[in-house]
Amino acid sequence: MKTKLAHLWSEVKRNKISYVFVGPFTILFFIFTVLPVLISIGLSFTNYNMLQKPMFVGWANFVKLFFSDDVFLIAVKNTFLFAAITGPLSYFACLIFAWFINELKPKLRAVLTLLFYAPSISGNVFLIWTIIFSGDAYGYVNGFLLYWGIIKEPIQWFLDPKYMLPVTMIVILWMSLGTSFLVFIAGLQGIDRSLYEAGAIDGIRNRWQELWFLTLPAMRPQLMFGAIMSITSSFAVGHQVVQLVGFPSTDYAGHTVITHLMDYGNIRFEMGYAAAIATSLFVTMVVTQQIVQGLLRKIG
Amino acid sequence: MQLRTKRISRSPGGDAFIFTLLFMGAAFMALPMFFVISNAFKPLNELFLFPPKLFVRNPTLNNFKDLFVLISSSWIPFSRYVFNTLFITTAGTLGHVILASMAAYALAKHKFPGSKLIFTTVVLSLMFAPEVTAIPNYLTMSALGWIDTYAAVIVPAWAASLGLFLMKQFMDQMVPDTLLEAAKIDGAHEFTIFWKIVMPIVRPAWLTLIILSFQGLWQSTGGNFIYSEELKTLPYALNQIAQGGIARAGVAAAVALLMMIVPVTVFVINQASVVETMGTSGMKE
Repeated sequence: MKTKLAHLWSEVKRNKISYVFVGPFTILFFIFTVLPVLISIGLSFTNYNMLQKPMFVGWANFVKLFFSDDVFLIAVKNTFLFAAITGPLSYFACLIFAWFINELKPKLRAVLTLLFYAPSISGNVFLIWTIIFSGDAYGYVNGFLLYWGIIKEPIQWFLDPKYMLPVTMIVILWMSLGTSFLVFIAGLQGIDRSLYEAGAIDGIRNRWQELWFLTLPAMRPQLMFGAIMSITSSFAVGHQVVQLVGFPSTDYAGHTVITHLMDYGNIRFEMGYAAAIATSLFVTMVVTQQIVQGLLRKIG
Repeated sequence: MQLRTKRISRSPGGDAFIFTLLFMGAAFMALPMFFVISNAFKPLNELFLFPPKLFVRNPTLNNFKDLFVLISSSWIPFSRYVFNTLFITTAGTLGHVILASMAAYALAKHKFPGSKLIFTTVVLSLMFAPEVTAIPNYLTMSALGWIDTYAAVIVPAWAASLGLFLMKQFMDQMVPDTLLEAAKIDGAHEFTIFWKIVMPIVRPAWLTLIILSFQGLWQSTGGNFIYSEELKTLPYALNQIAQGGIARAGVAAAVALLMMIVPVTVFVINQASVVETMGTSGMKE
């Protein structure tokens, strides 16, 4: 044991320069990413209002969260709806459109890549959807439905619990072709042409077989990285929803785990409870990631 | 005109299907963007028409003029907001590119105790959204005494994990070990190797890091960390102006267009570099 430690220490000393390189980033990364996760897990077992010292309460926050907080259950349901609908839809849209675009000539390819990617980097521009789906007759959708006589009075798209989630999902989907999309575009461009020629000789007859047997396995590393980025953002839906449907939304119909977290963290200052919400979300995200990574290994 | 490159195993029916789907997708993505541009040039009476007109009839620059008037009458000189955003964006991006590249170089090309642990933790951090650490981050900032300072926005941006990940993957695949060994035999110092050999090779990757970091910081409102009006950012100030109710609808449209132009332009200029970098981003099993 002692010789092992001595050996490790001599290794560390020998690689001094490497630690100089990783040191600054790693220290900041620890302070602003690793430490907060640990603090969050710790706080989730306490009562803490930022004025008095945290008080240990065991599993009480989690028990309250899962067994008596009805609004949290709505939030969980909505978050899972977003994760299960917009998440996969966005992922497949990224993949399918990247695949289509990759067949085009370089100039057209660059233009379409920009077109699909732009909404995800344009910040608050998604608020244009509040005009498209505006609740009065000046909203584009209401205007046309009224004009053509399909509806008799304007629909409150972002206020009516019936329409709130589907309409929000459309907007989220619109702005979700981000990093994953670029990763897929890049992955497709990196595939060796000779792979397809060899495939044709081996009896690949159409583009669907080519996609499943050649293209997807060849870009598996990109598929896995894209999945990570898509899952992370699909569980983190919240801030955009608040800007669309307000906070709190009618009957909490647009409430997500993130908005629940904002409610307890930024408004009620029940930090222990908020930390329990954050910790639950953290665990859910990481577990889902592991499951999906396992599934993606089976492609092809 | 031939739109796509020639390939075997393509049927005309499949082509038609794919182009239809692609066209529908492109229309869905593009229409709202066109509305943003079109609305920015609509006179106020065209913004409130029934039935609504999708595209502008009598384009005008009035919305931009109104915006300019509102800007020049703001309580704090508007240049202050511009300066704040430029400062935060520049300092945050510069620090991020340098620190992430240095760390990525050591992780990609050196073997040392702890390197695997660091990289695994970085990958793990990509698997959850930063929202879950918002509360402890506030506590950290207040313990550091950084609440209501630029540092609260700038310094965490230096250690963004996506940048380190992309840079490390790129160096793994694009920087040949033999080149580094040759330089070492010639007696080059590690910092010289990093700065003179590695950094020029990974230019596409640091351009990508610049873009990603820029996009995040350019849109930063300062969040929970910045309270003083004179430290507030450009997006915050423009959003305040845009949220002035119905009468500001035209101004809001102009603001939306202005805020969109900058990140989109930056991306257009560097698109090729970004795509090259993303190509090396794959996860190994």
